[in-house]
Amino acid sequence: MAFRQAKWDEPIIFELSKYRKQGLIVDDEFKKYSEDALKEIPNDYLRARDDLNMPSLSEVEVIRHFTRLSQMAYGIDVGPVPLGSCTMKYNPKICEELASDRRVTDIHPYQDEETVQGILEVVYLLQKWLAELTGADVCTIQPPAGASGEFVGALMIKKYHMDRGEEQRTEMIIPDSAHGSNPASAVMAGFKVVRVPATPKGDTDINAIKAVVSDKTAGIMLTNPSTLGLFESKILEIADIIHNAGGLLYYDGANLNAILGLVRPCDMGFDVVHLNLHKTFAAPHGGGGPGAGAICAKGELKNYIPVPLVDYDGRKYYLKYDIPKSIGRITWFYGNIVPAVKSFIYLASLGPLVREVAEISVLNTNYFMKKVTKLPGIDLIYGRDRWRKHEVVLSFEKLHKETGVTAEDVAKALLDRGFHAPTIYFPLIVPEAHMVELTESETKENIDSLVNAYAEIIQLAYKDPEKLKASPRNTSISRLNNIVANALKTVTPSFKFISRVRSVIKTDKT
Amino acid sequence: MPHPWIPNSVPNVKNEMLRELGITDVSELFSDVPKELILKEPPKVGLGKPLTEYEVRRFFEGIISKNKVLQNPPLFIGGGVCYHYIPAAVKAVITRSEFYTAYTPYQAEIAQGLLQAIFEYQSLMAELYGVDVVNASMYNGSTAAAEAVRMAVRVKRNRRKILVSKTVHPEIREVIKTWSFGSGLKVVEVEYDRRTGKTDINDFQAKLDDEVAVTLLQYVNFFGVLETDLKDMIELSHKYGAIAVVYSNPIVLGVLKPPGELGADIIVGDAQPLGLGLNYGGPSAGILGTKFDRELLRQLPGRLIGATVTEDYRELGFTMILQTREQHIRRERATSNITTNSNLEALAAAVYLSLLGAEGIKKIGEAILGRTNYALKKLGNIKNLRVPVFDGSIYIMEFPVKVERRGIEDVNKELISRHIHIGPLLRRFRDYAELRDCSLVCFTEAHTRSDIDLLASALEEVLR
Repeated sequence: MAFRQAKWDEPIIFELSKYRKQGLIVDDEFKKYSEDALKEIPNDYLRARDDLNMPSLSEVEVIRHFTRLSQMAYGIDVGPVPLGSCTMKYNPKICEELASDRRVTDIHPYQDEETVQGILEVVYLLQKWLAELTGADVCTIQPPAGASGEFVGALMIKKYHMDRGEEQRTEMIIPDSAHGSNPASAVMAGFKVVRVPATPKGDTDINAIKAVVSDKTAGIMLTNPSTLGLFESKILEIADIIHNAGGLLYYDGANLNAILGLVRPCDMGFDVVHLNLHKTFAAPHGGGGPGAGAICAKGELKNYIPVPLVDYDGRKYYLKYDIPKSIGRITWFYGNIVPAVKSFIYLASLGPLVREVAEISVLNTNYFMKKVTKLPGIDLIYGRDRWRKHEVVLSFEKLHKETGVTAEDVAKALLDRGFHAPTIYFPLIVPEAHMVELTESETKENIDSLVNAYAEIIQLAYKDPEKLKASPRNTSISRLNNIVANALKTVTPSFKFISRVRSVIKTDKT
Repeated sequence: MPHPWIPNSVPNVKNEMLRELGITDVSELFSDVPKELILKEPPKVGLGKPLTEYEVRRFFEGIISKNKVLQNPPLFIGGGVCYHYIPAAVKAVITRSEFYTAYTPYQAEIAQGLLQAIFEYQSLMAELYGVDVVNASMYNGSTAAAEAVRMAVRVKRNRRKILVSKTVHPEIREVIKTWSFGSGLKVVEVEYDRRTGKTDINDFQAKLDDEVAVTLLQYVNFFGVLETDLKDMIELSHKYGAIAVVYSNPIVLGVLKPPGELGADIIVGDAQPLGLGLNYGGPSAGILGTKFDRELLRQLPGRLIGATVTEDYRELGFTMILQTREQHIRRERATSNITTNSNLEALAAAVYLSLLGAEGIKKIGEAILGRTNYALKKLGNIKNLRVPVFDGSIYIMEFPVKVERRGIEDVNKELISRHIHIGPLLRRFRDYAELRDCSLVCFTEAHTRSDIDLLASALEEVLR
């Protein structure tokens, strides 16, 4: 694929104009009243004149600036984004349009419940559908993102043990291959992390789990399929070991896409499940957020979900706060409603076809794996003879040893060929890793092109590795210096320190 | 059944791919899943069948039409978020799908535009709050406050107490409690002065000791009252070796001295007033910033974008920086678990601030101040309505009103029947028992004189 990204030498917004222009007009209808009010405010609390260093621009300058910046960004609507564990599927436009309705965006969280019956019904139905998909007793969309959902799940497990007088259960078991947010969330909830390795076949090592469970075990945090894209086939046995030890199972829903509508986490023995509405359920990532999470629970843990829950009393929908064992509020108001509306539209549109989502995403990944592993320099390391689910992790260790080309070099070369790179160097247990997730929305043509791009890059790596290391060339900018970015002397986290980094730029004179 | 969002679901493509794999049915790809786990029937989601785009539109319309949007007059509801006007240019930028369908900019070279925009967000926000560094966003104001508190606790390793004023938004305080119980941190609340509606500085001082890691105050507090002892309380916090976190609304910081200049170590806030929808409470973007201090920066949660140079040192570029604080690198030793944040909402705030400029942000603060003052006067003359509720205090954007001789819930119902919404009723919150007949009212640049007059005459009729 021929690819040339836009390159604008776009100034930083503070340096866009040398004149002060008229920005948005604000009325001065209440001038007299504001002047009186200003006199009341003690001087200590008044902002000094001209204290605010902000650009003064006209509307057209602002629009051109950000439009140009958008042309130097790359999303799903531009091309494939095969980031592993990120489930970068197409974000249907009908979801965007309906969720931007004023009856969604202009309602206040403290508006009387009688006047927001529509949105409460949407949330109620979504909760129900998510419960159906996970096999849970109850779901809430309180968590504003996935990691927040993990934290909620960990806190629910914490409070469950505390209520039973088992405060000694301080250990959370987490596989080495887990997402980094799992251990981070467990620690935020006050747990100590106990790590368990994977077997060469790619499963979590059951013997290692058996060896670490005790009366200190609070639970285990697992994703299934794992970050290696493999289904944990002994999951029922793992569930028994943990439950028999008095622990609980937490399901990281980042990888649910592979089994959506086919296998339900709670049927596998999980007690609490988090979902990412912005991954599996097609709400967009927004360049990093906002997303939306959901937390689902089965059995006793259902009494611990955060407040409030949207419920129905036979006449009207309402926010339910009366959940005595609840961990409390995880965020103010009721979660990220707009992405939830998008997921609601997505599920309403697909209905039972959610199963096709799982099947085709898995077909796409295996088709890609089959073709790409024919290339030299690539290995799978774990479970070489097994089918993948939603994602596959390629190791470029061999290529690296033979040519000096790293996984990062390969990633940058993919950018030059019009693909966003996969997740790299993750999971940590796979050396020189590319974690590739092809969701159900990728076309066969694009998967074939991606394989061809890898083929071309590997060929170049063996022929002319130096040329490859010069990638990327077709993006807005060439490779960036991470040492300058992070060094104490040059780190530049906002515009007021821009001279720090400017001072190291070389010009033809220097 | 093939579907347009699942391109390879058409039989000829699917079969060709299956052939490449040497299998005849997709189910073979799931042969490693225990049989008893595979559902016999597709799950019951949606309406039991796929819908056409037109059908889903009609289905959604049928439900969402039960929501009532109030435009004439706009909502007078406050309590953390208020109705503000969103300029068309903000929507034009954030609906560009190069931005909204992008992932976190892990591959900097292909995401320069996104990275630069967020660097600009950080820089504009740092100016507004009078600090050096603002991160690339938290989920919202409440989680920004909770993260700030945890950040402070990490800096003050051996101190376990969090001191929070009762004039801080009650739901923020609840969030902090939820976030704290797992790790055994103790939240201590400071009383407010029932007469002035401000934090009781004596109680604040009495509860400060060398166990306190952090204090949290809200600059224009939950009641809309300006905390005029803020500076002193920040100084007191420092005197006891605690970190001072100040929560403030960005929309009035063109008028008010920024919390950073008042000495706050960490600033937090919510970006909703800066061009974001009410969204029934979310999403929004949480603002969190601090000084350029090594120890504080090391403990800063969340993503941070910085400027750097290309490897040949010839061009300026942008990339994610100081990532060794973050969960994907540091795992259990990370400063926070946050991954997905509120990038697009932060972008909206950057566009909004760019459109307003220094003059505009000051004028919008004044416009809000003017409306608050006008509303205070107008509502102050209504029989059986107590305004102001607190004596001698300065109100900004919001204030409580107290109804006499009638229950607030009745009054509210009657107002709703006249298409007027006030709130939140303070009886909603457990710890304001003495304010059970009060409601907040909120006035922004979106309220015209006739809107406010309409509210006043409606209250007059209802309370007659």
